Amino acid sequence: MSGLAIPLATGPVIPNFGGASKCIVQNRQFCTTWFLDNFSSRFEPRLVEHIELTAIAVGVGFAIAFVAALIAHRFRWFETPFSLFSAFLYTIPSLAFFEIMVQITGINRFTAEIALVSYTLLILFRNTLTGLRAVPGDALEAAEAMGLTRAQTLMRVELPLALPPIMAGIRIATVTTISLTTVAAFIGAGGLGEPIFDAIQTGFKTEFVAAGVLAVALALVADGLLVVVQRSLTPWARRVRRA
Amino acid sequence: MGASGAEGISVQTFIHAFTFFGNHLSLFREKTLAHLAVSFASIGVALVIAIPLGVWLGHLHRASFFAINVSNIGRALPSLAVISIGIGFLGIGFKNTMVALVVLAAPVMMTNAYVAVDQVDPNAVQAAKAMGMRPWQVLLRVELPLAVPLMFAGIRTATVYVVATATLATFSGGGGLGDIIVNEPTYGTAGVIAGSLAITVLAFGIDGLLALVQRAVTPQPLRRRAEATRVATTVTDATWETAGL
Repeated sequence: MSGLAIPLATGPVIPNFGGASKCIVQNRQFCTTWFLDNFSSRFEPRLVEHIELTAIAVGVGFAIAFVAALIAHRFRWFETPFSLFSAFLYTIPSLAFFEIMVQITGINRFTAEIALVSYTLLILFRNTLTGLRAVPGDALEAAEAMGLTRAQTLMRVELPLALPPIMAGIRIATVTTISLTTVAAFIGAGGLGEPIFDAIQTGFKTEFVAAGVLAVALALVADGLLVVVQRSLTPWARRVRRA
Repeated sequence: MGASGAEGISVQTFIHAFTFFGNHLSLFREKTLAHLAVSFASIGVALVIAIPLGVWLGHLHRASFFAINVSNIGRALPSLAVISIGIGFLGIGFKNTMVALVVLAAPVMMTNAYVAVDQVDPNAVQAAKAMGMRPWQVLLRVELPLAVPLMFAGIRTATVYVVATATLATFSGGGGLGDIIVNEPTYGTAGVIAGSLAITVLAFGIDGLLALVQRAVTPQPLRRRAEATRVATTVTDATWETAGL
């Protein structure tokens, strides 16, 4: 075994059948040509998957958390059990959660989404409820005096006023999900974690760095975009804060 | 990787996990110790960097934009991606894992320390100054005691994040309980589940333990108030108000 390993040890990390790229043979920290040559085949589809997985998780998570927050807003007793439940889910380490879910629903995207949705609930529920509760009493009285029904008050007064914390919650949930989705590749969900796990098998540094940087960039861009959306949706929030 | 038994799922899988745990106590002891070692080394480094900086900036009421937004960026960085980039530049090992965990923990700690000191009632600070206290006395005797609950909430949150995320150390050769979770060929499905449950219990246990410590270090008169606003003292809530910055 050791005799066989000597020629390999100094050579390529990936078995080289004579045509391996120089980047793979040398395995330096980052090789731009390899990255550019392989972006559209190895990284672009994974990037798209990553965005899809995140969008589905945040969308479904928001739908559940929003309804739960509305219920908790109407019936106070509902807050504690749902908070405890979602806080419990949030504390489970992601890799452990994915592995436990695999035992129940198998290795697939659906399993990954269950875990990813679970992680969004706490933040989205808490922020939505905090927003609804923070609506000033004056505004509610004015709505009542204007003869708005309960549903109208919710739609026209409470939800618009609760928008800043709700948007902040969506922002936090999105970046958290982008982070956790990298781990979801471990159970075959796809996304940018996949090239990372490939690189763990091969030890190819350029792939490590490229996938890592793409995931970080995706998270930062999503964070920045959501700040812009948040600001344009709630222009009054900044003015009030400055005053 | 994952299990073969998508159909064979049952209570039995979990019973086997407990049996596995009972049969491999020394393995779990070794992996737990390695897990805690990398976690606490990282938390220690993060504390040394983040707390003095956060407290100092909060005391001066300076650089609020930086102090608050650094945790937004810290939170946005995917840990596995940070580890992955680290493998390219630092190679595999303890140091790489530590860098990723410090990047995870320090911003949260710093933002909470900043907000905690910054938010101290200005009347209390004024009164302390009027009594003739020097700036460092104001800091040590007035601002820090009043800042403890929120500052500690940040440390607690960061610690739970780190202990949970240290599972990923296995991918960068750092050891810990993640080694059991990702190694189904060796430990089988029962081992994977046992490892997953062990790390979950560890995260909860540390959270609970820190909740007790948090109560113990909170000055007596602040305790009731701290409990009343417990929900508001976590980082996610501390940042939503300021996330529009």
